[in-house]
Parts: sequence; structure tokens; C-alpha cells
Amino acid sequence: MEIPYTVERRPDTGLYNAKIGIWLFLASEVMLFGALFSSYILLRVGADPGTWPRHWLDWHLGGFNTIVLIISSVTNVLAWASLKMNQWEKYRMYQGITMLCALVFLGVKSYEYYDKFHHYEITLTDGRIADGHLQKPETTTNTVVIEGRFVESHAELMDPPPGLAHPRIEIPRSQIVEMRNYGPSHNNFTGLYFTMTGLHVLHIIGGLLVIFMLWGPLNGMWKTDPERYTNRVEVAGLFWCFVDLVWIFIFPTLYLL
Amino acid sequence: MRSPQHQHEAHARQDDHSGHTTEHREPGFWGRYFFSTDHKVVGLQYGITALLFMFFGFSLMMVMRWQLAYPGHPIPLIGHFLYRLLGPEMVAKDGSGVAGVLTGDLYNAFGAMHGTIMVFLAIVPLATGAFGNYVMPLQIGAPDMAFPRLNMMSYQFYFLGGVIMFASFFIPGGAAKSGWTSYSPLATIADTVHHPNGQTLWLLGMVFLITSSLLGSINIITTIIQLRAKGLTWMRLPFFVWAQFVTAFLLLLAFPPLEAAGILQLMDNSFGTSFFLPTGLVVSGQPLHIVGGGSPLLWQHLFWFLAHPEVYVLILPALGIVAEIVANNTRKPLWGYRSMVYGSMTLGFLSFLVWAHHMYLTGMGTRIATFFQTTTMMISIPSVIILTALLISLWGASIRINTPMLFALGFLPMFGIGGLTGLPLGFNASDIQLHDTYYVIGHFHYVVAPGTIFAIFAGIYYWYPKATGRMLNEYWGRVHFALSMIFMNLIFMPMFIQGLAGMSRRMYDGGLTYAAVGGVVGLSPFVLYLNKIISHAAWALGLAQIPFIVNFFWSLHHGKKVTSDNPWDSTTLEWQTPTPPGHGNFNKPIEVFRGPYEYSVPGHATDFTPQNEPDPPTP
Repeated sequence: MEIPYTVERRPDTGLYNAKIGIWLFLASEVMLFGALFSSYILLRVGADPGTWPRHWLDWHLGGFNTIVLIISSVTNVLAWASLKMNQWEKYRMYQGITMLCALVFLGVKSYEYYDKFHHYEITLTDGRIADGHLQKPETTTNTVVIEGRFVESHAELMDPPPGLAHPRIEIPRSQIVEMRNYGPSHNNFTGLYFTMTGLHVLHIIGGLLVIFMLWGPLNGMWKTDPERYTNRVEVAGLFWCFVDLVWIFIFPTLYLL
Repeated sequence: MRSPQHQHEAHARQDDHSGHTTEHREPGFWGRYFFSTDHKVVGLQYGITALLFMFFGFSLMMVMRWQLAYPGHPIPLIGHFLYRLLGPEMVAKDGSGVAGVLTGDLYNAFGAMHGTIMVFLAIVPLATGAFGNYVMPLQIGAPDMAFPRLNMMSYQFYFLGGVIMFASFFIPGGAAKSGWTSYSPLATIADTVHHPNGQTLWLLGMVFLITSSLLGSINIITTIIQLRAKGLTWMRLPFFVWAQFVTAFLLLLAFPPLEAAGILQLMDNSFGTSFFLPTGLVVSGQPLHIVGGGSPLLWQHLFWFLAHPEVYVLILPALGIVAEIVANNTRKPLWGYRSMVYGSMTLGFLSFLVWAHHMYLTGMGTRIATFFQTTTMMISIPSVIILTALLISLWGASIRINTPMLFALGFLPMFGIGGLTGLPLGFNASDIQLHDTYYVIGHFHYVVAPGTIFAIFAGIYYWYPKATGRMLNEYWGRVHFALSMIFMNLIFMPMFIQGLAGMSRRMYDGGLTYAAVGGVVGLSPFVLYLNKIISHAAWALGLAQIPFIVNFFWSLHHGKKVTSDNPWDSTTLEWQTPTPPGHGNFNKPIEVFRGPYEYSVPGHATDFTPQNEPDPPTP
């Protein structure tokens, strides 16, 4: 039994089944990320004055990743267009670049995550706060070594001025009341940062896997049913461009605002 | 569910496909019943699993009703069994050492899981998974769903979600116990001892159920858009298909915000964030060690953004089923078919704009409440249009009474009561009095229990002959209907009285704490006595399902055999298939020439004209 319109278009809608399916899926994805953005707005608007941080993320890295993802979307479209023009080698090359970009994105993102998990806010017994990156190799059972600065109050950390020096600071463990890294539980900003970018990274990994499977292990269909294969690349591409678009909203929301 | 008498048809079908035997091996038992991509098998899988969950969810409530009617007494018959099964943390002993007293924790867990199971594992899977899957592709003349493998996965995700929910009863600390709404911060702090706890499994189970509903709804929408038979234009679709179409959009767009909310709550419960936990939260006199700054209202907004459209997910397919059965048994076209179609679309659209009417008492502000009160009143208009159209369809008809029609006729006033009692809850002034009382429970159960569940029963009695080739027993069907009707009303009608008397829905002892004693104002003895009436009616309703269960299995082999493929003399396409339909559904290509309800057309030989019957050639 054959399902109609898996490959050819239905005349009155002008679409094949999977294309409607992926657009519906993307509509639900809009609602998923939309709910997270709405949560961001409500939590930020409802936050007590002076408790919502700014400039905690490095916009250079975020901006670089934005450009990388945009390039990947362009090559992804070019790859599909090459298939339409029956240029298999070009498709392989363009889609290769797409996957390379995805890997670069994931690499930069891992560095950013690593950076946040090693960044500590340390409350001291004298009421001051030491804030900076933990130097793991030099930290012993008696002293904690960070590269950062001292501040008088938590509020000062909310909008760090650019270009701060990061001197090496040694803190005896006996002076430490509490150590908290900038992980998800640090405050609602980092919580949202990790949740939203984490979910986005899962989408990147999912998209990368699908593109890779079509590009490599499952590319035999290009020989047997080229039109269907091209459609699959198109559907995967629609998802990829959507994931890219989500990042284009995440970047200004978390890095710039 | 194929009876041996119909094996010859199955063989005939295989012969049609004999040319394909080289590519396609006949699937074995597992392939046919567990890993089938055939929409009818998936539909039956959904139907049977969901009926089992419905009975399980109802059993939880039957146990809870004992505690409400006889607080503190050990549960008879199964009390000791529950004690052995769930342990002394969950089931206590009474003063004389008899085991089987429901603890508050277990009561809360049963309450939360009753709601969750009934909504997400029973009614919605029946309405969309079972009927949507089985009937809709037949009605549009499609060979199968647009994405058969996704359809199979949709059921498997649903099944896994159900297993996780069921398993959560047996982990340390027991199942989720913060209501089916899982309000934060309660859901995060209800069990701080065990990690992972019942709430974690609840959230995990919901992720599976949401994935299942996502795959299902994409499939239903794509199938309706792409696989309609030749000539089946949008306004020739049976109303049931329209109802499934709108429902699928609601599922597609309303569930993701709950998924987002679930992820955020999972972060709160397991990774120490405070999205829904306010600053300065104190639990049992101890300030909680959290960073704070979160918003409990945010959870409610995200939750109800799903859960209000969900109400229409529960009711629209039911209206669709009832519309099919009413048209068939009045032997007339539906009155106002177009108004019903536009009404259901309006209903679907407006259902996204009414969610905060569940939140009048949260202090979100009177202006917001006014907005949502207005939209709530607006949404009653399309609901009334659809119900009125169904009522007027009965007007002047010579109604053919049979079990499906009885359930459909029972549905109309029951849904009416459910809908009209909702109006005082939609106005924020009157809701302040009624919120969180038994009145609310009475209201939404009238919509869902004698409403949607009656429609589901109607659908089972109506389409059973198509799926099995045999009719359900008519006499026991009518007994099932009459008893269900009586006991449903005996359960839910007294709840309005209790609610108006101010009885809160959250009380574990059935309101005994607030009983009027010695002239002090409180719940009167009559209001408390109603608890006993409701509980006895609930157990009787359980017994009243025995005729149905026996009938369902007995008729598989002993029911009256259908004499034609179209035993109800219906016009729609699902009756133009062989009985039961084989893989691929139709024996010949199907073309549609007319609207869905051409009953009693003057001058026509029969009182029904099937959609695929061509017009006679004009001379």
C-alpha cells in the first residue's frame, strides 16, 4: 500500500506530506520557545530592582556564533539547491560546511558553559564577596585560588564594568561562608540562560544528526529515489533554518539586553 | 479484533495484494498487534489502553470516595491489599489495628493521579488517539494516515508515558501529590525527602505524553489536508473530521507551553533553580535554601495556557461523534452544518484566550480578570451554537432509538448542564464564592463524565460493528446507558449543593473539620450526608460498567453478525469499506460526489445517499 503525496505534490495544496508535517512541527516549536521567551519576560519584569544581571555573557562569543549559524543556514540552502540542480559533489561540500559550522557552534558553546561553571561568587566571613574564575590546579584543601576581584555587595556584581583587571586572589578556606558557581541555580538569569540555550543546543545536535545521516550513511536514496531524497534534505533544512532563527532571538535577548 | 467469520474477507484482501508478496511479508503476531503502522490497529491499541487507564483512574476515585464518606475507617475489601502493596507510609491502621486507612499523602496522590490519568491517559487518547485514528482516515477516504510510522511511535510514546505514570505509585514517596495542575511551589516542596520523587516521574511522563500528542496531531492535520479522497472538498467533510482537525490544532499549539513549563519545573525540582519559587519561601517554619525571585503565577499561566484548550480537546471530538450519530439516527441532514464548522473553528481560536479564568483568585489583578471574563463569555457563543444546532437537528425527526443514539441523546442535556453551570465560574464576582468548591468539580465532571464519556460510549457502540463485524448487544447496551445515566447524575448533581454550601474540594475528610457543631456556622449534616450518597452512587456506577465490559468481550464472538458493510444505513465513507477494513482500507479508488449527510433526499430510492454515489446521468 502506498500513501499518496509522499513524494509528488497534491495538486490543490501544492505540497507533499512531509512539508506540511515539518511546518506544523515548527509551529509547535514556536510555541515551545515562545513560552520560554514569555517566561523570560515575566521573570525579568517581575524581578526586584537591581537583581537582574546585565553583561554577564560575552557578546563577542555570542556574536561569533550568530555569524557561524547564519553561514550554516546559507550553505544548507545552497546544498539543497545543488541537489535540485543535480550537483551531488557540490551538495556534499556545502552540507559539509553546514556540519562544520554546527560543530564550531557547539565548541564555542561548550567553552561558554565551561567558563560559567568555573566562575564562582564566594561570600567571605568579613561580608565581602570575591568573584572570579576558579584556578583548579592551584586550589588546595586550605586555599581557594581565583582570578577576579573583591566587591562590597552582591548588587555590584549585577552589571560588571567592561575591562576589569583579573588579579590572582588566594582565599583561605576558613574565610569562606559560601561558594556558588554561575550554574543554572545561581539566579533566574543563569537558570534561563542554561535552559534556553540548553534546549537550543539539543535542537542543534538533533539537526546535526539528521543532516549527517542524510549526508553519509543514508545517502543511498539519492540513487534510488532522488526526488524523495531532495525532499528529505529540504525538510531537514527547514528545521535547521528554524533552529538558526531561534538563536537569532536568543542572542539579543540574553547577550545584549 | 477480527472474528473468524470474517477471515474469508481477510483472505480476499490478501489476494488483492498477492502481487506484492515479494516486498511485503505477512506480519506475525507482534508485527500485527504491537508494531503495526496500520491506523486502525493503532486506533484500537489507543482505545484499549485508554479504556484500561480510564477504569484505573475511576478505581482511584472509588477508593477516595470511601475516605470522603467514611473518614478514618479502613477501606473494606481492598484496604489490606493496599496496605501490603504500598506500605505503612501510605496506608495506615485504624485505632483497633485494622490496616487500610487512606493516609493524607495517598489521598493526595490518588487525587492528582486521578486527574492526570483521566485527562492525559484516558479521555484525550480515546477521543483523538482511538476515534481520530480509527475513524477519521476512513471518513476521508484515505488508505492510512499520512505518516504511518510516526503514528505507531505516537502510540508507543503514549504507552511509555502511561507506564511511567503508573510506576510512580510504587517508588519511595509515592506518586505526584500536588493535584493534576502541579502548582508550584507546592509541586517542588511536596516531597523534599526523596529524589527523584513522584513529581519528577510525573514531569517525565508528561514529556512522553506531549511528544505522543505532538506526533499524533501533526499526523491528523496533515492527513486531513493531504489525503482527502477525490471530490471530498472541505465543506463535504463529516463534522467529526472537522472536530478532529480543530482538536489537533489545539493539541499542536497548546501542549508545547506546558512542555516548557515542565522543563522549568524539572529544573526547579532537580537542579536548584527558582523559576517558580518566590523569594523568602518558608516551608514548615524553615526558610528554604533557594535563590528565589521566581513567580508561582508564571507556572499557572503556562499550565492553563495548555489546560484550557485541553478542555476543548476533551469536548470537540465528543461533539463530532454525537453529530455523526444524531445525523444518522434522525435520518436528516445536520441542521446548520456550516455554522457548526465555523463555530468549532471560533471555539478553537477563542480557547487560547480564556486561560486565566482559572486564576481569578490568584491576585493577578482585576483588569486582567475583566479581560478574561469577557473572552470567557464570548467562547460560550460558539459552544451554544453547536449544541443548539444538534438540538434543532432532532426537531421533527422520526428518531431511530438505539444504544448509540441513547448515549448521544443523553450527552446533549448533560453537556448542557456542564456548560451552563460554567457561566457563574466565568464571572469573577461569582467565581470568588465558588472557586475551589465541589461546585467546580460538579461543573467540569458534567462536561467530561456524562458529557464526553457518554459520547465515547456512543462512539464505541456505533463503530464497533465496523471494527469487528458484529453488533454489541442492544439490550445490555440500554441497561448500561440507563444505569450510567442515573448514577452519573446522582454523583455530580449533589456536588453543586455541596459547593454552594461552601465545601472545599481539597478536604481529605469530606469536610468533617468544618461541620456545624452546636449552632456554630459550618457545613450542615445534610451537606455531609450527601458525601455518602455520592460515594454509593460512584460504586454503583462502577458496577454499572460490568454489562458494558461483558458485552464488549462477549460480542466479539457471539454478537449479532452484521449483514452488510453499512449496518446503520449511513452516508459517510467509513461504511463503504469492507468489514472489518483491511490494510489500505478501500477495495477500489473512492470518489466523492456529495455532502456528508444526504439523508431522506426526496425522490431517492433509499433514505440515505452515500457520499460516493454518483449523481444519476441527466437525460
